[in-house]
Amino acid sequence: MTTPLDLAGQVVDLVRRLAGPAAEAEVSAEDAELALTRFANSFIHQNVAERSTTVRLRLHLDGRTAGGSSTVVDGDGLRDLVERTVAAARHSPPDPGWPGLTPPTVPDWAGNWDEATAAASADQRAEQVRAFVDATGGLEAAGYCRTGRREAAFANTAGHSVTGRSTEAAMEGIARCDGADGAARSGSVRLADFSGAVLGARAAVKARAGVAPVELPPGRYEVVLEPTAVADLLQNLAMYGFNGKTYNERRSFAEPGSAQFDRAVTLVDDPLSAPALPFDAEGTPRAPFALVEHGVTTAVVHDRRTAAGAGTTSTGHAVPGGTVAGAIPLHLGLLPAESPNGTTRASEVSGPALDSDVAALVAGVRRGLLVTDFWYTRVLDPKSLVVTGLTRNGVWLVENGEVSTAVQNLRFTQSYPRALAPGAVLGVGRHAVLHSWTFSSAWWSTPALRLASWNFTGGASG
Amino acid sequence: MAEFDVATAAVEAALDAGARYADVRVMHRRYESMTARNGDIESVSQDESAGLGVRALVGSGWGFYAVPELTRAAARAAGERAARIAAASGRVPGPGSNLLPVPASTGSWRSPCEIDPLSVPLADKGDLLVRATALSREHGADQAEGIYQIWDTRTWFVSSEGHRIDQHIRECGAGIAATVIGDGETQRRSYPSYRGQYGTQGWELVEALDLTAHAARIAEEARALVTAPLCPAGETTLILGGEQMAIQIHESVGHAIELDRILGWEAALAGTSWLDLNQLGTLRYGSELMNITIDPTIPGALGSFGFDDEGTPAAKRDAVREGRWVGTLAGRDSAAVAGLDYAGSVRADGWARLPMVRMTNVGLEPGPHTLDEMIAATDDGILMDVNRSWSIDDKRLNFQFGCEIGWEVKNGRRGRMLRNPTYTGIGPLFWRSMDMLSSEIVAWGTPNCGKGQPVQIGHTGHPAAPARFTKVRVGVRG
Repeated sequence: MTTPLDLAGQVVDLVRRLAGPAAEAEVSAEDAELALTRFANSFIHQNVAERSTTVRLRLHLDGRTAGGSSTVVDGDGLRDLVERTVAAARHSPPDPGWPGLTPPTVPDWAGNWDEATAAASADQRAEQVRAFVDATGGLEAAGYCRTGRREAAFANTAGHSVTGRSTEAAMEGIARCDGADGAARSGSVRLADFSGAVLGARAAVKARAGVAPVELPPGRYEVVLEPTAVADLLQNLAMYGFNGKTYNERRSFAEPGSAQFDRAVTLVDDPLSAPALPFDAEGTPRAPFALVEHGVTTAVVHDRRTAAGAGTTSTGHAVPGGTVAGAIPLHLGLLPAESPNGTTRASEVSGPALDSDVAALVAGVRRGLLVTDFWYTRVLDPKSLVVTGLTRNGVWLVENGEVSTAVQNLRFTQSYPRALAPGAVLGVGRHAVLHSWTFSSAWWSTPALRLASWNFTGGASG
Repeated sequence: MAEFDVATAAVEAALDAGARYADVRVMHRRYESMTARNGDIESVSQDESAGLGVRALVGSGWGFYAVPELTRAAARAAGERAARIAAASGRVPGPGSNLLPVPASTGSWRSPCEIDPLSVPLADKGDLLVRATALSREHGADQAEGIYQIWDTRTWFVSSEGHRIDQHIRECGAGIAATVIGDGETQRRSYPSYRGQYGTQGWELVEALDLTAHAARIAEEARALVTAPLCPAGETTLILGGEQMAIQIHESVGHAIELDRILGWEAALAGTSWLDLNQLGTLRYGSELMNITIDPTIPGALGSFGFDDEGTPAAKRDAVREGRWVGTLAGRDSAAVAGLDYAGSVRADGWARLPMVRMTNVGLEPGPHTLDEMIAATDDGILMDVNRSWSIDDKRLNFQFGCEIGWEVKNGRRGRMLRNPTYTGIGPLFWRSMDMLSSEIVAWGTPNCGKGQPVQIGHTGHPAAPARFTKVRVGVRG
């Protein structure tokens, strides 16, 4: 059987033969199997799986750079990949920003892997769905359960080669009750780490508590954001703020050394705690990396190219296509408040508030809103990071520390850094939840947050 | 042809494993893209992808499996695996699943293409982006970006009902953008749109855009926006340019009329729709100027094809006629559930993805006016164009859009430039307020429509023209 390391090595050899010893090349090869069982109207309506093998090549030849990829990985396919990439490089203009190759470096971990998750079957995913649906107590349910494995290798012409592997599992679902939706989610390296039954029960409790929502006028409200809503803040901070490319181009709000956030905010990119490979797209080892410590922005993340532009070194955050997208922290986490006793309650099923951790934050609110999810958030301006979006899957009015009534969804227009500015964070949850990002392989680790003000700019009536 | 043989082997294996229906798409795609920044090439990538995806129906359960190998043995194994996955779906069964009966199509289709975009020398394509971005930079852009993308896709489709179709679709497009860094914010202008313009055409599409002719203007406009007055907040008459109208249609009509959303199949992620099938044919969606069609037969538009990914031949259909909702985007399975007699809007973004309901070309028919006539007829209003941000709720009702640029309209004349223009509203109320519509239709292409799990990136087309709306809330900001 041809391994990813075999494939990467074959391409490096082909580059040396077809482009000569002066060519610099980096190759990543990945063999992956991803499966997703999807349900709606309380039955499985889509059930998919795919196996793929992908080889990516980036080549620097005579001062010029080109890249390419292929899923055709037989001898002819690999040769074609190398030949067309060599030809593209020769026809490309000079690349004065080429940062060179990653030198041989050994990561001190091998990736996050669970054998049982790698071998999970469609029947196992269906059983998780069955449990979720049954636990909603007759409500309409929708969502998915997914599992996956990635086995990858990286090699370059500088003599660096490395392998790694990871597994992932995630389940997200909603329960629907008289027009109200309640959501529950979980993600992990291991399928065994979550229970469809617990998630279904949690979603159902929220849905039932969301019935008959009232319409509130737009305006500024104190908020308690549940972990999934907080994940949206991290996504946008990661993409637009802590990205070394946007920073170099002065499009980021980030100012390392400045106290841009409340003291309660510490942000760390931590691949060790999420489904992740031990190296990035340039073969640089990944390791935990702090971006904000007690409110002070300490760094942005870099790949080799953005690092060269900033006069520093790669932080291990190169992504495929990063020349355009930049360097992105894909495993960003907001550290929970310190709790000497530990409060993770994976099986806890509460009321409108996700759990007792969220309820403790709610208890401090005189008048505000409890928000489950943010939805369809889009950036109005990347530098100020003003974002518009909507609430989803449950919003409740909080009065005198108690949830008083369900509220119809609201639209907001809010600068995310300003929402987390010094003095703006009134509380941080005591445990973090791991979420996968819908549109990529990124993972966010977030506790709930209590914030002094959130700018809601529209209600259900517009 | 070898691809048909491989596809047939997969279908036969799925049937042998217990499927009562199976279909297979074999696909081979070449993709090329280049980006430039500030007069230098930033990236060049050439990708190749090939594989097959099998869809099998066992009892009432669907299964799908995809593999990258195009051998007969791999195809048979994939067919068997798809059937096993379909059987697992039966552990949480729904109502009986059927397909809308259709004649088994056979045929071959190629998109129009005068200049094969992959045959144009890389150096020529690079020179175009370098020239355009250098010009923008010289005229004041802090960041000048350019991009082109090319997709060359061949598919072979076989079903257990006798479909046998091959298609060759070539798509390409390009665009440029200029960003100026202001005091605490950025301003951006792009041409011809936020993402560029795309179609099922050859390189002639990119040549016709004449990117370099617009490079200086967008930079100068972005620079001017930095010091332009803010878009005022309040309620006013709003004129939208054609590019912004394309995304307005995409978000507040196109997604809303997807039958899978209406049936709740996308409830957990993409969302549902405010539309109720019981109101199909009677619901007032917009003003009588609003005529929207679903038309994958438009030559050169990005959502065009000969057959959809279930083998249904492309056909034009009304979605909204004189403001009344009359049609949906449907597939064979969703149409059967809804009791409709048409399908034809099912697509997959690659061999490894399940075909699902997608927009084709969803757009407006021309109106009786022109943009100049709209401005002349407006005493007090705002003109906005070119999308910068877009957001809409999970029922496709409550939207907010930001545009790159706005202008005051006073006493029938275009006045001062306005920065950070935004507008918000509720879909049907907004469309009912459309009182003028231009005849200046352009079929805009959107190459980045995300939907589904695992996510798929669809290519859609949107014929659109400038239009005027009354009593719209503008100037929303954080």
